Amino acid sequence: MAIIERPSSEVAIAGGSTVGVKPSEALGVFKRPAASTSWRDWIVTVDHKKLGIMYGVAAFFFFIVGGLEAVLIRMQLIAPNGKVLNADQYNQMFTMHATTMVFLFVMPMAAAFANYFVPLQIGARDVAFPRINAFGFWCFLFGGIFLNTAWFLGGAADGGWFMYAPNSSTLFSPSHGIDFWSMGLQITGIASLTGAINLIVTILNMRAPGMKMMRMPIFTWMVLVVQFLLLFAIPVITVALFLLTFQRSFDATFFDVASGADPLLWQHLFWIFGHPEVYILILPSFGIVSEILPVFSKKPLFGYPIVAMSGAAIGFVGWGVWAHHMFASGLGPVSVTVFSMATMAIAVPTGVKIVNWVMTMWGGKLQFTVPMLFSIALVVQFTIGGLSGVTHAVAPSDTQQTDTYYIVAHFHYVLFGGAIFGLFAGFYYWWPKMFRKQLSESLGRWNFWLMVVGMNMTFGPMHMLGLQGQPRRMSVWTEARAGEGFFNLGFWNRISSIGSLVLSLGVLLFIINVVYTHKSKKVAIAPLDPWDGRTLEWMTDSPPKEHNFDTIPTINNLDEFFHRKYAQDATTHEITQVATAEEVLAEMNAHPDEHIHMPSRSYWPILLALALPIIGYGLIYNRVILAVGVAMVVATMFGWAMEPSTAADDDFDPPAPGDGGGHTKELAPLG
Amino acid sequence: MADTAIAHGHDSGHGAHVTSTGLSNNKLAMWMFLGSECLLFGGLISTYMLYKGRVNSGPQPDQIFDIPFTSVSSFVLLMSSLTMVLAVSAAQRKDDRNTNLWLTITALLGATFVGGQVYEFTAFYREGLGFTTSLFGSSFYTLTGFHGVHVSVGIIMLMALVGMISRNRIPGNKAESVELVGLYWHFVDIVWIVIFTLVYLIPS
Ligand code: HEM
Ligand SMILES: [Cu+2]
Repeated sequence: MAIIERPSSEVAIAGGSTVGVKPSEALGVFKRPAASTSWRDWIVTVDHKKLGIMYGVAAFFFFIVGGLEAVLIRMQLIAPNGKVLNADQYNQMFTMHATTMVFLFVMPMAAAFANYFVPLQIGARDVAFPRINAFGFWCFLFGGIFLNTAWFLGGAADGGWFMYAPNSSTLFSPSHGIDFWSMGLQITGIASLTGAINLIVTILNMRAPGMKMMRMPIFTWMVLVVQFLLLFAIPVITVALFLLTFQRSFDATFFDVASGADPLLWQHLFWIFGHPEVYILILPSFGIVSEILPVFSKKPLFGYPIVAMSGAAIGFVGWGVWAHHMFASGLGPVSVTVFSMATMAIAVPTGVKIVNWVMTMWGGKLQFTVPMLFSIALVVQFTIGGLSGVTHAVAPSDTQQTDTYYIVAHFHYVLFGGAIFGLFAGFYYWWPKMFRKQLSESLGRWNFWLMVVGMNMTFGPMHMLGLQGQPRRMSVWTEARAGEGFFNLGFWNRISSIGSLVLSLGVLLFIINVVYTHKSKKVAIAPLDPWDGRTLEWMTDSPPKEHNFDTIPTINNLDEFFHRKYAQDATTHEITQVATAEEVLAEMNAHPDEHIHMPSRSYWPILLALALPIIGYGLIYNRVILAVGVAMVVATMFGWAMEPSTAADDDFDPPAPGDGGGHTKELAPLG
Repeated sequence: MADTAIAHGHDSGHGAHVTSTGLSNNKLAMWMFLGSECLLFGGLISTYMLYKGRVNSGPQPDQIFDIPFTSVSSFVLLMSSLTMVLAVSAAQRKDDRNTNLWLTITALLGATFVGGQVYEFTAFYREGLGFTTSLFGSSFYTLTGFHGVHVSVGIIMLMALVGMISRNRIPGNKAESVELVGLYWHFVDIVWIVIFTLVYLIPS
């Protein structure tokens, strides 16, 4: 159990994670898991930092899966009449590629950063509901695996990531792929919803003293906005997925046109979720670069309140534009006009952010480190994607573009060029905090440039292809439509496919960099504050102790850590360093809180999450399996409810020698 | 200790600790969850409103609804909100006996409502409205079924609460646990008022 039941100064010496607690019995079913350093600890952990790393590793695994799918797609399209995949496999490939990248990579990778850094950035010791946090992670992992088992069980989903009805009915997609898809997303949806509630409560309720909303780091702000978007968007896709499952598994009629169903119902439900979803994907990365740009420009973020508020504005307006995905569906002129205008309007708060980032860099002492490079690339590439977005906000021009490669170009510029570049910036920036070692800058530069070149080579030509009329989601293109000279489809398809290989090489270099950094003896331990950071997460050890802070800091400023290191002369406005990071940390740790009571490890989160895919298989194959899954849910929920989140006092080891005893009365429960 | 003044919380219901907003973590979480539920029912209700008139085969809504019957069961559900309020106030007075009494009555009233719904579903089914009969059928059963499941989950929570209070196994703040289940219960009732009005009372 993560219970630290002795003065934390001692804990600091002990390393913070190995304080023994005797396993006690909860409910008489299981012994409570005790702290250990073996792999078992990862299964029962409720520590937000460990869960953050687990989210990251699992999401990166899915990134590789989704990436291989993408490369297969591009190899199919490198030449006319491609033979790599047949039409059926091609449909599954693009559906699963998009589903994997959106739901199993970008969303959980953002959750990884949010989990790890939000509590650190607001000066908390964990999230509000640590066991629910663990449950969310396992739901994501099992849901993602469940979704992908469809590949081996008769074929994966093949209706495109937006799974339009009635194309998603059993008539057009007889395999179980879409059943796996809808139930798998239902399970990962539980992860997102519980995560959203957890992080909202954490951010609103668990800020350190003095950490006002307007002193929170921008990353935390963007995470907060994203969690509200999830809170309200997930239930909408939940409804849509239920209707789809009922239709496919129980013959409901929701999308059965012969019974008079309206196919637009699905489109509306999907995009009411789907448009907020694109902001769910991009805002965490906006948060990350808003942390990085000031650090490497040696200037505070330009217009902090405006960046925070424009993020919130995007969050609001994002709810009013979903039908711009449906301009070609015959909504009628009034709806089209309204949604067209609203979509153009949403470009404004987005543009505001870009201006703020540029102004942050303006006149700064720029340091072109790898995280900075990724951040700058985000600003540039996202701007390109945003501009093509505005071209399809204009409905008449969109009717030319919709369902062509031009759309594919748009969303890859914002998603790959934006969201994913932001995540990579985050990897490089926060790596030394999480793992005590700094990723190699020189390999990082190769990583960066290959990714920039690869990304623009892959998706840039797609603008051309799309305007030439190459439709998306076609398994082949033919010489007959190839066009002349500069507009030759074959040329641009080839460039794009080669680009995808360059891009893959870039990602491979990242993996090599990670392996090199951790295996090579030449890489030294990173300094405590390698980038001269500004925010609270740098005011901890690297990696932070299990309880994060020996004393909870009191916050007096935006960029608190910066203000503890530097002072400004009142008359000359000269900024001088008054303390090093080590000194700041030592001062904080000088009077550690006496008793820090951390949440206890638990078996229930993983067991409850494990029951959900079993229910999924049961619904698809067999009622007995279904009954087993349901019984497991009931049993585990019962066990969970009966287990106190923090172990009882008699669970602790006897007080350590010299601990004086008698402290147990003034426990400060936490987390 | 310095850290008793900071925001921290628990998933076990230590509502008494100081938080940045002053609301306990559990209560804030429940409010967030209910906000999310609004959109779940919003989606289901919209689906029903879109499809209620679409009957290719099988009965029309006004041919099968038994308004007096459903009004009575709706009234029963509304009364359960009243008994829930009494349970919460008993819990705040630390009166375990009355808390348990009112919680049990609330659960019984809820169970009566669910029983009424089961009866109603079987009656409709016999009159020819199956889940797959028409768009109206699919969307009616889905919407009211989802609500019924919510009431049933509420009943389970109430019974679990009664069991845990009588064995004194509630971790943390007892009155707050009752209040949280109460919030959920009132929410489910309010949703029913909306459903009852839109589905049963407004003619299609
Ligand atoms: C400046 C802001 C933006 C505007 C004005 C905009 C506009 C649009 C429009 C009108 C479409 C529909 C085109 C069509 O299907 O015919 C679209 C598609 C799309 N956008 Fe954006 N967009 C913006 C930013 C973003 C961002 C930030 C993301 C994600 C990070 C994003 C992701 C997507 C995706 C994934 C699609 C395609 C969905 C599909 O059909 O599969 N967009 N965008
Ligand atoms: Cu959109």
